[in-house]
Amino acid sequence: MTMLQNLDLTKLVFGRLSWEAIPLHEPILLATFAAVVLGGIAVLGALTYFKVWGTLWRDWITSIDHKKIGIMYIVLGLVMLLRGFADAIMMRAQQAFAFGDNAGFLPPHHYDQIFTAHGVIMIFFVAMPLVTGLMNFVVPLQIGARDVAFPFLNNFSFWMTTFGAGLVMASLFVGEFAKTGWLAYPPLSGILFSPDVGVDYYIWSLQIAGVGTLLSGVNLLATIVKMRAPGMTMMKMPVFTWTALCTNVLIVAAFPVLTAVLALLSLDRYVGTNFFTNDLGGNAMMYVNLIWIWGHPEVYILILPAFGIFSEVVSTFSGKRLFGYASMVYATVVITILSYLVWLHHFFTMGSGASVNSFFGITTMIISIPTGAKIFNWLFTMYRGRIRFELPMMWTIGFMITFVIGGMTGVLLAVPPADFVLHNSLFLIAHFHNVIIGGVLFGMLAGITYWFPKAFGYKLDPFWGKCSFWFWIVGFWFAFMPLYILGLMGVTRRMSHFQDMSLQIWFQVAAFGAVLIALGIASFIIQLVVSYIRRESLRDTTGDPWNGRTLEWSTSSPPPAYNFAFTPRIHDNDAWTDMKKRGYARPVDGFTPIHMPKNTAAGFIIAALAAVCGFALIWQMWLVAGVGFFSMLAAVIIHTFNYKRDYHIPAEEVVRTEDARTRLLAAAHV
Amino acid sequence: MNPSGDIANQQGRLIVVSTVLMLIIIIPVIALTVFFAWRYRQSNKEATYSPDWDHSTQLELAIWAAPLLIIIALGAITWISTHTLDPYRPLSRLDAERTIPAEAKPLVVEVVALDWKWLFIYPEQGFATVNEMAAPVDRPITFKITATSVMNSFFIPALAGQIYAMPGMETKLHAVINKPGEFEGFSANYSGAGFSGMRFKFHGLSNDGFDEWVKKAKAGKDGELSRETYVKLEAPSERDPVRHYASVAPDLYDAILNRCVDRNKMCMKQMMAIDAQGGLGKPGAFNVATLQNWQPDTLHSPARKYVTAMCTTEE
Repeated sequence: MTMLQNLDLTKLVFGRLSWEAIPLHEPILLATFAAVVLGGIAVLGALTYFKVWGTLWRDWITSIDHKKIGIMYIVLGLVMLLRGFADAIMMRAQQAFAFGDNAGFLPPHHYDQIFTAHGVIMIFFVAMPLVTGLMNFVVPLQIGARDVAFPFLNNFSFWMTTFGAGLVMASLFVGEFAKTGWLAYPPLSGILFSPDVGVDYYIWSLQIAGVGTLLSGVNLLATIVKMRAPGMTMMKMPVFTWTALCTNVLIVAAFPVLTAVLALLSLDRYVGTNFFTNDLGGNAMMYVNLIWIWGHPEVYILILPAFGIFSEVVSTFSGKRLFGYASMVYATVVITILSYLVWLHHFFTMGSGASVNSFFGITTMIISIPTGAKIFNWLFTMYRGRIRFELPMMWTIGFMITFVIGGMTGVLLAVPPADFVLHNSLFLIAHFHNVIIGGVLFGMLAGITYWFPKAFGYKLDPFWGKCSFWFWIVGFWFAFMPLYILGLMGVTRRMSHFQDMSLQIWFQVAAFGAVLIALGIASFIIQLVVSYIRRESLRDTTGDPWNGRTLEWSTSSPPPAYNFAFTPRIHDNDAWTDMKKRGYARPVDGFTPIHMPKNTAAGFIIAALAAVCGFALIWQMWLVAGVGFFSMLAAVIIHTFNYKRDYHIPAEEVVRTEDARTRLLAAAHV
Repeated sequence: MNPSGDIANQQGRLIVVSTVLMLIIIIPVIALTVFFAWRYRQSNKEATYSPDWDHSTQLELAIWAAPLLIIIALGAITWISTHTLDPYRPLSRLDAERTIPAEAKPLVVEVVALDWKWLFIYPEQGFATVNEMAAPVDRPITFKITATSVMNSFFIPALAGQIYAMPGMETKLHAVINKPGEFEGFSANYSGAGFSGMRFKFHGLSNDGFDEWVKKAKAGKDGELSRETYVKLEAPSERDPVRHYASVAPDLYDAILNRCVDRNKMCMKQMMAIDAQGGLGKPGAFNVATLQNWQPDTLHSPARKYVTAMCTTEE
């Protein structure tokens, strides 16, 4: 009986969630919330008005087509970019004003959440979805496959990532986010110093998204290893596919470490273990080591596919074979391996001995050798080429010039005594934005403009694209060069207030840079809209708008659901150039039915239940968490009984699709 | 990058040397990128076009060798400088010209990072300060650094590079200040709400000036820093004023480091000594108590435990 009396039903259902969790007293959040609600109602209204709910559900949400999932990933990345960038603008504004007597407009309580959310969102929910999205879209097309190895898993991975992002967004309006920095070092992230829900939001959104990332890694790995078209040996794979392979090896090997370390942190917080606490034998250093054993490979998970994109773009727009294909591949593999041997350089200043520090310093520098070789390979691909300055190529040249500076400051930080001065300073911030914006982001934007006509059948408008390019690149230099200088002056990161008035001008310049970047993002959005309006004049009827070199350009734009009516045979690493050169004739008859996987709602449902379970765990609603967890299990089990997982595209439909393309091609050649 | 101490000076020079070394390769790469992009533009029909040229063994050897050579040079510099500038290594010189006089004894300063202020204990002189420290010019300083709750990083840019302050652990830093003056010190690692205000002044003083400063501090109105006053000081607070404690409990720093300022808690060094001898076995599981001031009334979180002391150690 006493047992029952102790059970408080309200607590079981609502946990620690109450009306107090809604930040009604924060005007910034309230205004954002109102805007989101109004925007949401407008979108829902539009969806209903244009009667697209059915299409949305059938053709997108439940789709297992790797191309659509790829596009959805990129949409997710771009939407989250807006949120992450809003955080960036607020930080720049705060630091530009909060000097001396002026406390700025953000109290530490709010500011600390913003820089944590900015880091988490930009890495996990912008860079990762963009990278995964491009790999998802491009890799099967590049290797001549009809889909990925596990199409259902692909859809499930996407929804896990999206619901993880959803949880981060929920923290904006229900409760709060972590105030710990993006890696949530304990003891600060432990229950004693962060008793509120912020760190729990952090843990569960990353755990849920992490499952998605890991499974998508397994998926793409299996796809690349097992599903290449006949004749495509490893050394005939396009370089983007190679970098995707290495990135997914890194994902599969590194993400379980993140899952484990976050699980240990949640045990500390929920059940009172002492892995990373100060007492009872706990040690936070273990967390720092583990999180960076995941964290450093993560950097290469992001940059390698960008390197792959630049390789494709340089070769295509120089009209030339990629210089040093083999050394490019070896460089990628060497970077993959070395990325596991450098994690300690993130904490030289935590008192490791001189020999340990120099070992990790030197391994870090060694990575710059294959990276340097890559830069030279791109350089000599341009040498004796015929360079067309289309947008993807502009991003690439912008990257080459920007990235080498970031690489140089990175090697500088790898010298331990220099790091003692520059660690945790704004110099470090400038460095990693230099490589992540100048490397990863420029790469993703190059990739998006490069493959956009493949995905949608029309090119992006070059004028607004060029505006975006120049705003981004000039904005980047304005925003981050002052930070390099401030860092050398010894100014630390994550400060919400400064005393030294002489520093203010630098922060104001940086804020101006952020405004230019905002214009760059705005131009990109305008570019999407303008291109959609002008899509007829930008139409690509050939399927090969850039005179491409790899297999994805051999099919139509957008490709049919089955990608290739006949699986191509590969004889060269520039497979499509080789086919064009040898006078490849596209087959126009003899089509047979094509075996394809079937859409399913299971991925969406399971991921939604995982999010319910995660939300309940954050707020300690034990009953809801239990129900959520077991419904999720039930949904998984029910899905295993779904035997209707495939279907055949009838031969007539293939004939219809291919005939349409024949007519288009004929019209294009007239 | 405006050093007044020998260590910071050497670190600053190292940054310049490494940067110059890397610019040897970076500048040509940027120049070549721009030049190739211009020279081989599509409209320039005079430039050679060789679409199938994709391999040259000599060139590829060269492009791997060039960064390799730079990294060999930089790696050597790294190995040597990391060892000579190791913060744990006692100083071998005062500055580029002067060695350390044989009779010089380093000044020991025990540093504790608290939420959100700095405590400096001078064991030799037997007093303590909060948010202010000083040292005589040209006398080597040995810092012993720890923290009470979360991680911080102890950083006086003019003096030397930073090192973390971590609870239950001790880090060390050896440095010397060569010029008199007032310098900025702060935490370089985010540690929570009061982080931005966690700053202190570091005074480089002449020998006489230092003695005077010590005298002033020892006459401090904040009285004795006993374990009890320390517990009060430990409570989170922001932008604290400078405090001078005339005297300090002799074993306080050791107790902070070993997390046993509260006498009910077992010191970590004792715990480790017991564990090194095989531990207590099952009885060890009963030797725990619940943390008093942690009352998670709105939370379902479990109570926090600590290991209790075996016996009280009265001085």
